[in-house]
Amino acid sequence: MNTEKFEPKIVAFLCNWCSYTAADLAGTSRTKYAHNVRIIRVMCTGRIDPTFVMKSFRSGADGVMISGCHPGECHYQGGNIKCLRRVVLIKKLLTQFGIEKERLRLIWASAAEGEKIANESNDMTEVLRELGPLELEKIEEVDNVEA
Amino acid sequence: MSKPKLAINWAASCGGCDMAILELQEKILDVAGAFEIVFWPAAMDVKHKDVEAMEDKSIDVCLFNGAIRSSENEHMAKLLRKKSKVLVAFGSCAHEGCIPGLANLSNKKEVFDYVYKETPSTDNPNNHRPQTEYTVNEGTLKIPSFYDTVKTLGQTVEVDYYVPGCPPVAEQIWSAVEAIMSGNLPEKGSVVGAFSRTVCHECEHKKEEKKIKKFVRPHEIEADWEVCLLEQGIICCGPATRSGCGAQCLKANMPCRGCYGPPPGVKDQGAKLLSAVASVIDADSEEEIERIIDDIPDPIGTFYRFGLPHSTLRRKIIKDDKTNNDRPDNKT
Repeated sequence: MNTEKFEPKIVAFLCNWCSYTAADLAGTSRTKYAHNVRIIRVMCTGRIDPTFVMKSFRSGADGVMISGCHPGECHYQGGNIKCLRRVVLIKKLLTQFGIEKERLRLIWASAAEGEKIANESNDMTEVLRELGPLELEKIEEVDNVEA
Repeated sequence: MSKPKLAINWAASCGGCDMAILELQEKILDVAGAFEIVFWPAAMDVKHKDVEAMEDKSIDVCLFNGAIRSSENEHMAKLLRKKSKVLVAFGSCAHEGCIPGLANLSNKKEVFDYVYKETPSTDNPNNHRPQTEYTVNEGTLKIPSFYDTVKTLGQTVEVDYYVPGCPPVAEQIWSAVEAIMSGNLPEKGSVVGAFSRTVCHECEHKKEEKKIKKFVRPHEIEADWEVCLLEQGIICCGPATRSGCGAQCLKANMPCRGCYGPPPGVKDQGAKLLSAVASVIDADSEEEIERIIDDIPDPIGTFYRFGLPHSTLRRKIIKDDKTNNDRPDNKT
């Protein structure tokens, strides 16, 4: 492996009902795709609090991917649409923070679309490689320096 | 027995917190009766060197208002921490950064460029900028340096208690002072002088299902006094703000702006508020959603008005700010 190459870290939140199963399918089908994605399973994309996105970036992620059921197919009826509304607003907020909106990606993948998870992961990895690492200001711990 | 000693300091703040203490009205006499006030720059003549001369831990309670945005603020924070038994972050600036914290959307260079060059009223043809040191015949003059990033008090030194609010309301200051006087204090690091539910709980507007087709600013409509302001399209921070203020703004039919900070268990007030507001947008297609959120011109100023330095992301990324970053602890 070329150690010079920047390997972005992507945190992916996948919904239990469609997208996580899709990622599982990609695995059982032995589809090769970028190892940069760290998957976290959530019950529904509607469960994804914007704090999760912020915290991912704060904890060192270069990108965040969210994948849920196609519109109209949410296991809980409308969770994915609530997520869409939040993502649109989060992207606008991130731009104001100086974080490129390409660092947050929302996709829809049904349980049969293992290939799509693989392709989107590869594509996002390439996009982030172009953008480079996300450099947030470091948080210093409270120090007890003499006054 | 001598009276316990009280110090009140202001750092990067507007002075409103000092005014709020005076708003105790005649109860201020009880405060003066119960405490010996040893330091209060807004109300009495006292110098930094007087504080420096005090013994460590000789101040019983220090109410520290204001954010940390200069070397002087930081020095006073560290000095008062050393001299005080109980250090209270008093008011939204010390608690979360507040309005001064919105400077985290720019850096020192941008702030100075605007103030000393770009404002329409600036007349500075030789482009003079403040120097931290200047030598005159009598010796060297020094002024504090200005930081790129505004910090909260709790991000600078260890804080014992937090009193939220911009400014804290008088009754809550009184209950906090009473708690301190009686020694009946909660666990260290707690918020005192506030409750544990959200402002919605104190708000008397009627709340039903929320569906927003269009966001409006308070001056754009004549808002109904009975109906939840969020349902009328006015962004109200009530759902993600700690109660304790008595929903004063809402009693005047103005939206909550979020000054009491996040409720218990929430770290990032802006993210929570964004979550609540976005989920009730009444649209299912991306284009339609985008069109509706176009009505929110300044998301950070709206969702993080009082808490940007305290938030998860804390500041805007400005690519070239590493070269002129003069905060000593940021140097690599």
